[in-house]
Amino acid sequence: MRKSFIAQNPSVLWFLACLGLFTVVVTLMAEATGAGLISTSFVKTLGKVLCLCLVAIAMDVVWGYCGILSLGHFAFFGIGGYAVGMWLMYARTEAIVVSNLAERTIPATPTEVNDAIATQIFGVVGSSEFPLIWAFSHSLVLQLLLVVLVPGLLALIFGWLAFRSRVTGVYLSILTQAMTLALALYLFQNDSGLRGNNGLSGLQNIPGFEAVPQSVVSMGFFWASAIALGLGYVLFARVLSGKMGSVIRAIRDDETRVRFLGYHVESYKLFIFTLTAVVAGIAGALYYPQAGIINPAEIAPIASIYLAVWVAIGGRGRLYGAVIGTAFVSLLSSWFTGGGAPAVNLGFYTIQWTEWWLVLLGTSFVAVTLFFPAGIGGLFDKFARKSS
Amino acid sequence: MIRTLTLALALLCLPVALYAQDLQSLLQTHQKIVEKPSRKTVGPVIEALGASGLPEVPVFLERWQDKALYVRKDDGVFFYAAKSAEGRDLIDISTGEIVATGVDAGTLKQIKPNGGVRKVIGEALVQFLLSDPDIERRRNAVDAIARNLSPNQIAPLVASIEGEPDAALLQRKRRLAGYLTARFGDTTEARVDAIEFLSDDLSVDGRAVMSQILETRFVAADAVPDANVSEVLEPGSEALSRDAAYAILVEEHGFPPRLTDNDVRLALEAHVDGGKAGGVPVAQLGDMQNRAVAYDTLAAQGLVQKRVSEGDLDRAFAEWGFYQVYLENDAAVTAAALETQKAIQTKVAMNQAVDLGMDAISLASIYFLAAVGLAITFGVMGVINMAHGEFIMMGAYTGYVVQQFITNYTLSLVVALPLAFAVTFAAGVAMERLVIRWLYNRPLETLLATFGISVALQQLAKNIFGTQARPLTSPGWLDGAWVINDVVQISYIRIAIFVLALMFLGLLLFILKKTRLGLEVRAVTQNPRMAASMGINPDKIKMMTFGLGSGIAGIAGVAIGLFAKVTSEMGSDYIVQSFMTVVVGGVGNVWGTLAGAAMIGFFQKGVEWLNPTNTLAAQTYMILFIILFIQFRPKGIIALKGRAAGD
Amino acid sequence: MSALLELSGVSVSFDGFKAINNLAFQINEPEMRAIIGPNGAGKTTFMDIVTGKTKPDEGRVLWGEKSINLIGKSESQIAREGVGRKFQKPTVFEDQTVRENLAMALKNPRGPFEVLFYRKSAEGAARIEAIAEQINLTDQLTRKSGELSHGQKQWLEIGMLLAQEPRLLLVDEPAAGMTPAEREKTTEILVEAAKTRAVVVVEHDMEFVRRLNCKVTVLHEGSVLAEGSLDHVTQNPEVIDVYLGR
Repeated sequence: MRKSFIAQNPSVLWFLACLGLFTVVVTLMAEATGAGLISTSFVKTLGKVLCLCLVAIAMDVVWGYCGILSLGHFAFFGIGGYAVGMWLMYARTEAIVVSNLAERTIPATPTEVNDAIATQIFGVVGSSEFPLIWAFSHSLVLQLLLVVLVPGLLALIFGWLAFRSRVTGVYLSILTQAMTLALALYLFQNDSGLRGNNGLSGLQNIPGFEAVPQSVVSMGFFWASAIALGLGYVLFARVLSGKMGSVIRAIRDDETRVRFLGYHVESYKLFIFTLTAVVAGIAGALYYPQAGIINPAEIAPIASIYLAVWVAIGGRGRLYGAVIGTAFVSLLSSWFTGGGAPAVNLGFYTIQWTEWWLVLLGTSFVAVTLFFPAGIGGLFDKFARKSS
Repeated sequence: MIRTLTLALALLCLPVALYAQDLQSLLQTHQKIVEKPSRKTVGPVIEALGASGLPEVPVFLERWQDKALYVRKDDGVFFYAAKSAEGRDLIDISTGEIVATGVDAGTLKQIKPNGGVRKVIGEALVQFLLSDPDIERRRNAVDAIARNLSPNQIAPLVASIEGEPDAALLQRKRRLAGYLTARFGDTTEARVDAIEFLSDDLSVDGRAVMSQILETRFVAADAVPDANVSEVLEPGSEALSRDAAYAILVEEHGFPPRLTDNDVRLALEAHVDGGKAGGVPVAQLGDMQNRAVAYDTLAAQGLVQKRVSEGDLDRAFAEWGFYQVYLENDAAVTAAALETQKAIQTKVAMNQAVDLGMDAISLASIYFLAAVGLAITFGVMGVINMAHGEFIMMGAYTGYVVQQFITNYTLSLVVALPLAFAVTFAAGVAMERLVIRWLYNRPLETLLATFGISVALQQLAKNIFGTQARPLTSPGWLDGAWVINDVVQISYIRIAIFVLALMFLGLLLFILKKTRLGLEVRAVTQNPRMAASMGINPDKIKMMTFGLGSGIAGIAGVAIGLFAKVTSEMGSDYIVQSFMTVVVGGVGNVWGTLAGAAMIGFFQKGVEWLNPTNTLAAQTYMILFIILFIQFRPKGIIALKGRAAGD
Repeated sequence: MSALLELSGVSVSFDGFKAINNLAFQINEPEMRAIIGPNGAGKTTFMDIVTGKTKPDEGRVLWGEKSINLIGKSESQIAREGVGRKFQKPTVFEDQTVRENLAMALKNPRGPFEVLFYRKSAEGAARIEAIAEQINLTDQLTRKSGELSHGQKQWLEIGMLLAQEPRLLLVDEPAAGMTPAEREKTTEILVEAAKTRAVVVVEHDMEFVRRLNCKVTVLHEGSVLAEGSLDHVTQNPEVIDVYLGR
């Protein structure tokens, strides 16, 4: 009874061990730190997959454990990306502008610097002034705070409104989808203050590290992503263990009954919804510097639905299932759409996988829901049961 | 003025030629002027031409204006000429026949009237054309006047009104005469009358006339100017900022211009000397205060122009008054115009509201068509079909394919509507049998499984039809719009969609209320267990309902395809709105869907009206509104109540 | 002695149908009470109103010594006030073990953060063991509750109610679908529970009600038709007319 929480959950240890092994292997094979068997761009891909795994376990907690099929968690992910992207873009543009202005005979005033940065960033949407939401963009610390605060507050307000009016099930899914769409449409506008559909770009260049080659930067982000995933996994495993996990799963299975037990169901849902939104925001903040660009299309509702698809294929209600599903589907997806998969010649027709991958994914997703509701993780469970 | 009047009078008695003279001899009497016309001298010639009543005069004027008139150097006779292999062919100006061929170009002189003359000729020509027997030419002449209103057109236009046989053109001429009188009439009374008469004219042209009469300019003066003052302005007010007021002084009264920060910087850069500018070290010039000090030092040395300070502005403003002055001097006219403009604006606003209402209705019809199928399946089965949008797309592509085989658009539409229903009905039934049936009572999984189908269908459509938009052409009788007045008009396609939506509303109500199927569907919606125990086969009902809902999506697809582009992604453009419609309206009720569609349609158009440039913002606000709406009516506008609603 | 729960003038209607009509009801602590009545008499709606699931159109629901008004409070608040409810269909969390089910119901702070940082305690474990003993499920503590028999699920649910330590227990048809031996045991548990708290049992089965040996309230068309001992109400001609005579 006094055993530590990790000791009670050996699967967490197993996961951390696998993650650590994977990180070390990739490090040893990468260009910057090892044998050079893995290209820098593939290191970035792997780092991004780790971030997606992190948002996927958040999705698994909110859907697989708490029963809220949120179609908005990728929006929180995107907000995290935007928050960190604002600083990246501001700081980098500032460096460029300052070095340009230094060529003048007399030094530039702060207003001149500010105006030049604003013109540089917002010229593309026909503006030359900083919108109000960029007020903190000069400060990395404040923007990092926003990575957590904005998704958290949005989830808190939205969740409070939705849960208190007892919107559940499919209705709630549609409502979260609407929220996501509203956010995406808002960002698509040129006067949203976030450069409309141009989004934020050049995020792979980290201010202050211009001299460091991308191969090293990518390694740094890969490690950061791996650590974040590990911490996120432990955090959620901790939340889901013991009585809290018990109550949350009970809410998923019969929330009315939980209410009659005296639990204020709405608070629990709100807690989980907000916590996972915050984690999603952090994952996004790590993802987009590796992707290099973020635009409103990333936030569109379909991205959040894909997130649910990954979790479902991996097997929801198991944290490692979300990780497996996400890694499996997103790597497979980049293999198929990147032209890595060989075309299949049927004689009368040649299947180009770049064209047919989505058809395959869609139908196999239907098949998983129909025939393997427990997903890939379910197969794991079966083996585990057989061996014990 | 008198000249044009006499000309017009002459034109009126065209059939009775006053002078039995031919064109050539008439021109010969003014030979010198025709050959070398100037703005001052050409008048009498044109008058004479007008008075002659000769039918070939308009053609002559046109050729003259177009520099197609030639004079033979030997005898001064006028011809038109055409190039030929041997030289020039001469054409008689009266008969239009070739009178000589192969003439040496050197013996001819081309007559080139200058711009001013051509303009006079052009005006005369318009006056001729206003009474031309060819209606097309008369129309062109009226258009020419309308494009560029000028005072001397009043008389010929008024003169041509009497004999105008075409009712529509007569109307236009009257109106145009009204515009001209309003702007250029001789007397104040005539103008005020004309202006007041225009108060129910909602056209853009009519409104332009008012704003032209009411055109103003800013004047700075040290006393109230002797002009038709519209408003006295205070510098620094909303209508006139301090900078703008000072700019008027700069422009009109030669005040020294204000310097921008950039001007200061450039001036300082030009005067850097030995690491200092204006006595301030360069390194300290990254500060506005220091820059000001340095600049003022330079100015004191007389090296640069002095800065204009805020205090200078205050002093200037104390001395000068600023006025907004009408270009039109007659105060009675501007007062009348102002009143008329107000009346017109009120009417335009009212009509715009009506127009907006019409727009909202047609938008609501589209949402209704797109959503009602979803509402039925959602209501009966409690499952959300994410592939509903793709059924809309399938319907639209069915319409496109049909048009590839049947080129008569009307006929192809008649074929496409039932065919689209059949195709999507079959697809819906297949999906229900193969997938959804196994997932009843697991609504969230149904949502995701149907999403998988949606992804696959979308990509399949992309593979078959490509990524570019395919046209679904509407038949000719659906082109154009029903024009009620200049503000309110509705395209026929939108009316057709409205009618289609009404038909479906009626049809669905009939099916649900009057048929056995409808009875069973309602029974299953309200209490599936009870329905089953009463011998209704819920499986069959669910299959049929799903087919019906999908079939309606197919028809909606054809309708939407007629005015929007048919692409593989068109379904996803409507799916969220359809969900919203269903959620807002309340589940399992056709009236609810209607109410939801109407509400969303009107709300969206309403927001667009408040912020017309930004339809994206309108959608954002609409969704936020819906999220709030759900707070107050979680079960939609028309909710099932009591035990039937379950929990 | 003031009543633990007192309803007066309570009415509620759905789409014009009066499910509860000017109902007055009260129960003391401790007391055992059985509620009987034909289908549609408003028994379930009565429970819904007391537990906060349904808001009445008018009337008062007063609770405890301080006569707190329960109307307008949420289900979970009312549950924390000390009202426990057992549903007709056994609803236990089938995915979780018997122990987890009981642990969730144990009387402890219910806030999310208190639950998150909750540490298992020896008293808690002892309470669970004691309740398991009481409901005959000591051997089943580590089993998933979905694997239990129908009767065992009913007991588990009653056990969860007892773990909540409510002052008022609302029990909806506890004996439905039980074997005679299981009924015997259920009666025993309920009678035991009623020694220290108020228990309201809604039941169709007259034999079961007789065994509870308590005051009976007959509901009809949303209001109280008769009240008294079972023998007393079964003699009432009106009761015979609307219910027993059928």
